[in-house]
Amino acid sequence: MTVTINHFLVVSFLLFAIGFFGVLVRRNFLTVLMSVELMLNAVNLNLIAFSRRLSDLTGQVFSVFVITIAAGEAAIGLALTISLFRQRKTLNVEEADVLKG
Amino acid sequence: MKELIWAIPLFPLAGFLVNGFLYLAGMRRRGERERHPEGVQPAVESVKEHGHPHAHLHPETHPPFKSAHTIVGTVSVALSCLFAFGAIFDVGWKSLAHGAVQIVTLYRWIPLGVNQSVGHVPGPLGDWFVDVAFRLDSLSALMIAFVTFVGFLIHVYSVGYMGHDRGYGRYFAYLNLFMFAMLVLVLADNFLLLFVGWEGVGLCSYLLIGYDYHKKTAADAGKKAFVVNRIGDFGFILGIFGIFALFGSLEFTKVFSAAAADPARYAPYMTLVCLCLFLGACGKSAQFPLYVWLPDAMAGPTPVSALIHAATMVTAGVYMVVRCNVLFRLSPRALVVVAIIGAFTAVFAATIGIVQNDIKKVLAYSTVSQLGYMFLACGAGAFVAGIFHVLTHAFFKACLFLGSGSVIHALAGEQDVRKMGGLAPKIPTTYRTFLIATLAISGVPFFAGFFSKDAILSAVYEARFEGVPSLAKVLWAAALVTAGLTAFYMFRLVSLTFYGKYRGTEEREAAIHESPKSMTIPLIILAALSIVGGYVGIEFVDWGNLIKPFLSPILLPIAPEAAEGHAALGREIALMAASVAVAGAGILLAWTWYAKRQGRPAERLAQRWPGVYRVLSNKYYVDEFYEAVFVEGFAKEGGAFLWDFDATVVDLIPNGAAAVTRGLSWVAAAFDEYVVDGLVNGVANTLQAAYQGFRKAETGRVQNYALFMGGGLFAIVAVYLFFR
Repeated sequence: MTVTINHFLVVSFLLFAIGFFGVLVRRNFLTVLMSVELMLNAVNLNLIAFSRRLSDLTGQVFSVFVITIAAGEAAIGLALTISLFRQRKTLNVEEADVLKG
Repeated sequence: MKELIWAIPLFPLAGFLVNGFLYLAGMRRRGERERHPEGVQPAVESVKEHGHPHAHLHPETHPPFKSAHTIVGTVSVALSCLFAFGAIFDVGWKSLAHGAVQIVTLYRWIPLGVNQSVGHVPGPLGDWFVDVAFRLDSLSALMIAFVTFVGFLIHVYSVGYMGHDRGYGRYFAYLNLFMFAMLVLVLADNFLLLFVGWEGVGLCSYLLIGYDYHKKTAADAGKKAFVVNRIGDFGFILGIFGIFALFGSLEFTKVFSAAAADPARYAPYMTLVCLCLFLGACGKSAQFPLYVWLPDAMAGPTPVSALIHAATMVTAGVYMVVRCNVLFRLSPRALVVVAIIGAFTAVFAATIGIVQNDIKKVLAYSTVSQLGYMFLACGAGAFVAGIFHVLTHAFFKACLFLGSGSVIHALAGEQDVRKMGGLAPKIPTTYRTFLIATLAISGVPFFAGFFSKDAILSAVYEARFEGVPSLAKVLWAAALVTAGLTAFYMFRLVSLTFYGKYRGTEEREAAIHESPKSMTIPLIILAALSIVGGYVGIEFVDWGNLIKPFLSPILLPIAPEAAEGHAALGREIALMAASVAVAGAGILLAWTWYAKRQGRPAERLAQRWPGVYRVLSNKYYVDEFYEAVFVEGFAKEGGAFLWDFDATVVDLIPNGAAAVTRGLSWVAAAFDEYVVDGLVNGVANTLQAAYQGFRKAETGRVQNYALFMGGGLFAIVAVYLFFR
């Protein structure tokens, strides 16, 4: 069986959907962050699959960018986590529903 | 080597940075600023300022890092001088004279209308850009050669002159910065970079005039120079805008070749543009009515007066006019204005120079007068003669100023010629060099000034001004009178300073001493140049005039221009004889009056016509006039007048308007209450009902928002795909 672009797309779609679902329903802030990472990597997979298919390096370059941004996002997200926990003594996102700190 | 033109201004810049940092480091190490102890007696201070003659008694006045400052300051300028000559020899005098132009572009400074990723943008903005580019052609070669050389000599001189000043490092940092700005000015390949150098030298002039910032006169003089120059710069920058609007470029080559190729198209605008440019030149080169800052600028240290306010910076205006000669030649009217202002300034300043008693003030008015000469030459169309005079003037006026510095140094800070006299045998080197430079400026034959002055006089005599046929003769007569006045006041100065008996205190007389070698050697070199500097432009022999063919490439031919007529040899000799006779008369008169008869005839004249004397010694009351009209008048009285005007006339309008408004507002209030409020409340109620639903969506929970976002995205994509 040859691996076509459709396989990649299906995997990518599933990963993205799982990630999105996680973002929507999980209560734990850490899990939400991890779900976001999942979505980002789904996008990366998609980009690379198309890059390969179209023989255009732009997609790969973009995925490198996405990885870089994801690193930054993780750093800031974890900092927020710590900050949130110090403020509220909980990581439940449902309780973080006011703009006031 | 010729690609290294950019290095020429960069050496002094590096010198400035090193000197500046060293100076600051030195200050910090001592944990103080340059200390000017409170309660210092003025006499002590004036001694201190002019190179302390008894410095060995005060070893603690030795400035920090002095030898480092000396080496960095002078060597950077020496290197720049070497590179300048190297670049010129590499391109070759011959090929420069044939119009060779070496342009070195450092980088694109303002890429207007050029998008880096797309390339050129089509349309009118496509080709507009400004580069940082240096240009070596015959004019700038001549300028950098003498600017770096004279600059180097004056740096060496300063080592001796400023040796015991606490601000030694600051002084050299500013002087190096000045050299950088001046070299940028003359090497610039476009108007904007020229303007950068132009402002740079203005800044350095301000900093160095106010070098003794603890003295109010010096600080005020610096401010005055800065403010007056701003007026000129305002004109200059308007001129640059005009050029940019007309030609769509600021590059010299493009602008001038476009103007020369199509004079009919550009000539109508040129009068305005050239007058704007000339206003800038008036400010920088101290022409009437903006000359007032230059005499005051003498508050700066004497080497600064020599370098900035005599030899180099003040000639920047002449340089700029000569650089733009194509534009000026397109506008005969602007040329007439340039010539008249130049001639008027020359006579005007020379008459003031006659009665001044401060040795530096006499030289300052003499500089203003000589600059007027240069502009007169430019106005008469003799641009080469103008630059020739810039060159010779740089040599002899720098020599005169440095000589006066040496005199002041010998007399421990005395600047009043009434307290000098009989100095010739005591400071022989200074006397001899000063005398040579004086002969040169007076136009005595076979000295440098003779050739350049003669070139100007004959050019003015031959000039044809459109519409005013007799103007040339009037201007020539004015120039001739100025030549006589120049000879007179310069020999008055020499007689009062060096001849007769010493008129100061005995205690000072005992301390008179010749200046150190570092000061006398530059004097000797400059005096030598004041003799030989003129032999590059012997007017009436064909092979003798080297400077004219050398500079001719910058005089681009303009399409329909008549060939320049050359004066007949006989007439030229007659003109020369006239100027020599006038100079001789001036010298003889001054010598008889001041050296032989101790100034008594002059005193008698002053007593007979006290009014004339008062007007002259008060410099025609121009400063007072400016003070009354611009400072008191416009700034203070004008303010009071505007206040009254405001309170009576202008206030009528708001008061009347207020009454009308009150009436109207009563009507409006009623309308507001019933009609507008009704509408507003109606709208509000409707909206309130509508947003009750949306309110529920505002939960504050991020996940809900994410769901809406995802759902919305899904809906949009679905609709798009469905209707595609």
